[in-house]
Amino acid sequence: MDKRAEATDTPEYKVIGTRPVRHDGADKVTGRAIYGADVHLTGMAHSRILRSPHPHARIKSIDTSEAEKIPGVLAVLTAADFPELEDKIAHLGEGSVNLAFLAANCVAKDKALYRGHAVAAVAAVSPHAADEAVKRIKVEYEPLPATTWVLDAMKDDAPLLHENLRTDEMGEKGDKPSNVASHLHFETGDVEKGFAEADVVIEREFRTASVHQGYIEPHVATALWNEDGRLKIWTSTQGSFTCRQQTAELLQMPISHVTVVPCEIGGGFGGKIAVYLEPVAALLSRKCGRPVKIIMQRNEVFEGTGPTPGSFVRVKLGAKKDGRLTAGQAWLAYDAGAYPGGMIGPGCMCVFSCYELPHALVDGYDVCLNKPKTQAYRAPGATQAAFACESVVDELADALGIDPFDFRLKNAAKEGTRRVDGPIYPRIGLIETLEAARNSEHWKSPLEGENRGRGMAAGFWFNVGLKSSVSAHVNPDGTVKLLEGSTDIGGTRASVAMQLAETLGIAAEDVHPIVADTDSVGYTDVTGGSRVTFATGMAAYEAGLDIRRQMAERAALLWECDANDVTIEGDDYSANGNSMTFREIAANLHETGGAVVGRATVAPEGSTNGFGCHIVDVEVDPETGKVTILRYTAAQDAGKAIHPSYVEGQMQGGAVQGIGWALNEEYFFDNQGAMRNASFLDYRMPTCLDVPMIDTIIVEVPNPAHPYGVRGVGETPIVPPPAALANAIYNATGVRMRELPMSPPRLWKAMAEKAGSRE
Amino acid sequence: MIPFDYAAPATVEEAVALLAEKNGQAKILAGGTDILVQLREGLRRAELVVDVKKIPELTDLNYSPETGLVLGAAVPCYRIYENAAVAAAYPALADATRIVGGWQIQSRASVGGNLCNASPAGDTIPPLIVYDVVCRIAGPKGLREVSAAEFCAAPGRNVLEPGELLISLAFPPVAPHSGSAYQRFIPRNEMDIAVAGAASWVQLDPAGKTIEKARIALAAVSPKPVYAEEASVWLAGKPANEESFAHAGELAKKVAVPIDDMRGTREYRVHLASVLTRRTLADAVKRAT
Repeated sequence: MDKRAEATDTPEYKVIGTRPVRHDGADKVTGRAIYGADVHLTGMAHSRILRSPHPHARIKSIDTSEAEKIPGVLAVLTAADFPELEDKIAHLGEGSVNLAFLAANCVAKDKALYRGHAVAAVAAVSPHAADEAVKRIKVEYEPLPATTWVLDAMKDDAPLLHENLRTDEMGEKGDKPSNVASHLHFETGDVEKGFAEADVVIEREFRTASVHQGYIEPHVATALWNEDGRLKIWTSTQGSFTCRQQTAELLQMPISHVTVVPCEIGGGFGGKIAVYLEPVAALLSRKCGRPVKIIMQRNEVFEGTGPTPGSFVRVKLGAKKDGRLTAGQAWLAYDAGAYPGGMIGPGCMCVFSCYELPHALVDGYDVCLNKPKTQAYRAPGATQAAFACESVVDELADALGIDPFDFRLKNAAKEGTRRVDGPIYPRIGLIETLEAARNSEHWKSPLEGENRGRGMAAGFWFNVGLKSSVSAHVNPDGTVKLLEGSTDIGGTRASVAMQLAETLGIAAEDVHPIVADTDSVGYTDVTGGSRVTFATGMAAYEAGLDIRRQMAERAALLWECDANDVTIEGDDYSANGNSMTFREIAANLHETGGAVVGRATVAPEGSTNGFGCHIVDVEVDPETGKVTILRYTAAQDAGKAIHPSYVEGQMQGGAVQGIGWALNEEYFFDNQGAMRNASFLDYRMPTCLDVPMIDTIIVEVPNPAHPYGVRGVGETPIVPPPAALANAIYNATGVRMRELPMSPPRLWKAMAEKAGSRE
Repeated sequence: MIPFDYAAPATVEEAVALLAEKNGQAKILAGGTDILVQLREGLRRAELVVDVKKIPELTDLNYSPETGLVLGAAVPCYRIYENAAVAAAYPALADATRIVGGWQIQSRASVGGNLCNASPAGDTIPPLIVYDVVCRIAGPKGLREVSAAEFCAAPGRNVLEPGELLISLAFPPVAPHSGSAYQRFIPRNEMDIAVAGAASWVQLDPAGKTIEKARIALAAVSPKPVYAEEASVWLAGKPANEESFAHAGELAKKVAVPIDDMRGTREYRVHLASVLTRRTLADAVKRAT
């Protein structure tokens, strides 16, 4: 059943909105797709990495002599093999990075800052020899006190990670070293005045644990350093060009000497943008003269990559009796992990992004502590903020006796609303999304039975534009080869190819999309920020216009007329009584001057916006605190769904990841700061038996900034689930959970305490 | 992973000779779902791995209502729950074998291996304890028998001496008006290790109103799966109702001395011990009537 809400005035499309078989589908379902682990080169060496057993320790010395004696060992690497790097900020499209920190995160220099921090690496003729050699490396550590909770790390007497780090506050540096890397501050109106006008004010505190992106494919990279100084890398990355740039900068070589071949990617969710292995494999390859491959084990992925920030968030909201919000204030502290540059910026921007608030004040802190450097995770920073804000909104609506949808609709952001960090929204679809959810069969149907409750929450994420480039070649058989630089994580080969097919009036199957390496396509930013279907799709549209223009010229040559006289209707070209299809003109390419190549580069400014609303029914086992999800519906404004199945897939996947974050996932640290659950057995992501079918409602309020109205959909769906579940759990049990995960032991304890206080 | 030798003897005598010769440096391979992972991760070491699946006694499953069940130590889980007569006779065992790992694991992993691995959270061990199973062991000095409740010694350690091999598990015949059940608590619905587990076995009077005998065993709440003696003894002669089950749950949790770890808190596990005892007693009684 197609449950898209009816939109008016939408153009008739031939390809867009249909559900063709994905272009890369056969390779994936038959196991033929080439992933990073499938790369096997002649003479290839295998590498293993030695990692710090301490969450915080000074590295006093490293002795690799015993390791080098193991038969089969080809090269051993430590941080000393990296070029000296000054503090320099490199812009990587989505986000920027201090190169000295990035290098030290690849291999620790003078200090190990988290358990699992890479300290040295070995290349050998076999993985077993490398394994054995890594164990023989002698590292003398001086263990230091560690801290893994954000509020502890902010204290004056907290163990300091970086002796030279001072808090950046509006461009001013603090007067003493601190783990707080930066303090952000956004303000609109006068919150004191706003709270004074409120009839009800509610202020609550929320905590969330670190969670990992949980991609099924571990990080993997193979590097080949040629003797002429050229470097080729095969890897699993969300951005081949950003991988090229980071690697070139860290190794201090020209970007033109580095080629990155993006292999098929088994999930990234934001965690495969920063480099970990590529520079290490490259330096080992230079040392031993062979291609070098590194594959992380699962515990290395948990302990050495990701996660997304653990957080503390305090939200205060005030409203009039009629439900009108008067003011909001938020104080957010997100952990950045071992190095500055976490997700606090978007956290601050997103915390109140669904509402029109006349007065708002937001303070955010980026805090270093002894965990892996945090990385983006699907709408990075927004989920933690929405958990807090949407819980307080729910409580406020409850306190005022107003239906949660009515309350949100009364205050919903719309065209012209100013977000607290400054931007004024263009046409957005939050109201339409809330209405679609409220009108759903799910919301309208009664929920009966004991220990059951229903909750809902809204969520927001940006669509960044950034830069995309494509080229497309018309084949004489009328098909088109499309070269793009966006690695395909979520079905974007299909969604980008379909936009080109629509533009050319040909079938989706007649466009053959290829994700090309960095030598074969123009610069393209990362697959992230929900941008590929939006921005790379826009590039495909413009390349399509370029091809149409050239095809009209070829037709004009054949008909001996002016190209301006050719009119194009779908795939039909006509002039002066002549008419040919796209395919027929293509058959004449060799006679009319050779190949037609269309190309386009786009860099759309600013950001467009995606809103979602989720509804969930739960049943809570009162004796164990275990939450069973009975029913789940996700509604979202997709602008225009190019391939509805993949829009639905994104909504379902995001919802499931949000459910995992809400209920069971967490980095579990012992009192020595070591992660105790670095496996998929004990880091409990949901399995297919833990979630019901996630129903979807695609809302289509076209994005005015895109030729087909596209809004990115990949990230928003992870934002509402924790708050929606917390609200549902409250309705089932009367207990407000303000800490993630809302795991069975925690919920049981909260229920027991509530029962105890009643007695 | 350190290289090791591999042997697949065809008789118990041969296997025992190989194991005795290595004096503790040999490891036994049945389904391999624990030992291969442990060897690969360096948690255990072996000079020799002895595959026991070629030995007929270890892969036999022999059931008759008159004599009970003799279960070869290397019989994989699926052969238990797919055998209708065995699953009906020993439902707590069937419950447990259906939830060990996923299908792939169940087609390899054996109950004997689960017992020998001696995990405090081993799902099939509490059922063995409540059925009062006898473990038949071969060794250099001949055969000996140990009750299931005594087989595990500590986390990851059992009572087998170097050179000894678990041959089979002997289950008594099914008593009239009896029933049993196993349940564990996990935060997810599959692919998890028990936070706590409980097995209950009951025998009722012919009217089905009174519990004549009961046995309760718990997993994941102490260094080894444990028989809850006080609760079991107390139930004899009590009415088969919720009140009795609840009281037995309170008594059973006295033997729970769990640890705090990533799978659950001590307090929570003690609480779960009583909840699961009560729930499995209710199931066992239902199955007995």
